Amino acid sequence: MTADSEDRRDFLYLTGAAFGAVGVACAVAPMINSLNPAKDTLALASTEVDISAIPVGESKTVMWRGKPVFIKHRTAEEIAEARKVNVDVLPDKQSDEDRVEKPEWLVVVGICTHLGCVPVGQKTSDAHGDYDGWFCPCHGSHYDTSARIRKGPAPKNLAVPPYEFISDTVIRIG
Amino acid sequence: MGSSERTVFENPVVEWIDSRLPVFTMMQKEYGVFPTPKNFNYLWNFGAIAMFMLVTMIVTGIVLAMHYTADVTQSFDAVERIMRDVNGGWLLRYMHSNGGSFFFIAVYIHIFRGMYYGSYKQPRELLWILGVVIFILMMATAFIGYVLPWGQMSLWGATVITNLFSAIPLVGDSIVTLLWGGFSVDNPTLTRFFALHYLLPFVIFAVVFLHIWALHVTGSNNPLGLEPKTEKDTLPFHPYYTMKDSFGVVVFLLLYAYVVFFAPNMLGHPDNYIPANSLVTPAHIVPEWYFLPFYAMLRAITFDIGIPFTDIVIISAKLGGVITMFGSLLLWLVLPWLDTHPLRSARFRPLYKKLLILLVLDFIFLGYVGSQAADATLLGIPLSVFGLIATGLYFAYFIVILPWLSKNEKGRELPASIHEAVLAKNKK
Repeated sequence: MTADSEDRRDFLYLTGAAFGAVGVACAVAPMINSLNPAKDTLALASTEVDISAIPVGESKTVMWRGKPVFIKHRTAEEIAEARKVNVDVLPDKQSDEDRVEKPEWLVVVGICTHLGCVPVGQKTSDAHGDYDGWFCPCHGSHYDTSARIRKGPAPKNLAVPPYEFISDTVIRIG
Repeated sequence: MGSSERTVFENPVVEWIDSRLPVFTMMQKEYGVFPTPKNFNYLWNFGAIAMFMLVTMIVTGIVLAMHYTADVTQSFDAVERIMRDVNGGWLLRYMHSNGGSFFFIAVYIHIFRGMYYGSYKQPRELLWILGVVIFILMMATAFIGYVLPWGQMSLWGATVITNLFSAIPLVGDSIVTLLWGGFSVDNPTLTRFFALHYLLPFVIFAVVFLHIWALHVTGSNNPLGLEPKTEKDTLPFHPYYTMKDSFGVVVFLLLYAYVVFFAPNMLGHPDNYIPANSLVTPAHIVPEWYFLPFYAMLRAITFDIGIPFTDIVIISAKLGGVITMFGSLLLWLVLPWLDTHPLRSARFRPLYKKLLILLVLDFIFLGYVGSQAADATLLGIPLSVFGLIATGLYFAYFIVILPWLSKNEKGRELPASIHEAVLAKNKK
């Protein structure tokens, strides 16, 4: 064996190994991809809700993508409380105006941004935490009347899902 | 496993097989005459006990799977049907659910044994690492298995733990969606968890095989931490340790059977007898007892780590907790390089011995912290403060104390050999 043929053999080994690795990756990709949400799961991705029956100060929980969505009909005091906060002191800086389409309606995904529990506060008799909004019992996160994180381990405000008012009394989430 | 030196067997059938596939020769070499240190104490039983529990879990699990349905509308009822209608189903399920706990009891004692007697030290590092891999696989399997009855704790435990991965920067949310197969823990999650819960025990079995293979290359450690030098230091595995292991397994089985028959729900959580409901989170989510210390470390980090006096967050509280929890296990992987003290056994390292016992107490205390609600207090101080201190001590033990001891602890004088130490003890 000359040095030249050894180089050629090395080249063949490396090329063979590279093709093998790419081939394995191509074979594995569809299997991993099959674990992503299926078409029927994605088809459930939007929902319409009639909000006319929710009295002022109360809220409703609806399911969207297998998650609870909180729809809160806020009182004037709650709106005022959410708007008087200095945004700079918030852990996740967001003004109340940026979180609502109409001030009296707050629509958020009811999943704590810490580790995914459902915060309590939907019923008037529930605990509402230190900021009159929601309280996550799992690890003690407090949300305010705009569902912004104020205290506790959660890193972000409750997410606002994409939604629009189809009419004055119906919203479509998703 | 080569065919080099074969034992000749008198039985013609055995001899016929062995000359073609020398399994009997291997068994004779590895479990018959295998030279084993003669000074084992009962802590050396827990490997065999853990093996026994693994087989129990696989056997009961296969039978249970024949009666189980992985579907969010049917799983809870399928498990209740096993409990009420399937012949002896209650026994199989209680053996399986409590078997998980007893498997962890055996493995925790086995790991403690390894730490106390320095079994991870050169040349047994890889043996130890394979053991840690088995432990991590066991945790994954146990967690996934707890989801299958589809009770409230199943759903919410799964939600909390899978959400851990969302802490990973950039790709976290995509990974969580991939794990769930949807936008929350739901039917696609349950079906894939069932498939994995059936698969992983066999992966564990394979790694256990490697673990034992590595053990039979280096031979066992022993309470003195001395390598056997002559034949006087060892006994053949059979009948001495087959007998001692069998005795230990039977005693362990007594305790296991007591819990299965008289307190089968002692270690479980009553909320898991409520069907899963994705609109109501239980007020107090707790994992199974064997995860509690790690759960406490996850919850210990309640503050962001960033650049002081700015809003720049480098590690969020959530990511910090996740890193801490996984880090606490990864430390075990590198333990052989953190504790480089030349003496193995804690018997000859009085300071190490005391500090290791403190670590165990710290770990148990973390378990207590993990079992309490997030806003609990102790002596008027938030429990999370104690959780953070205990977590700090845990990490300090591995990262600071062990390397310091490795350099500075003098240790006691070793006996000349296992044989001499055993004789000296018998003279007293």
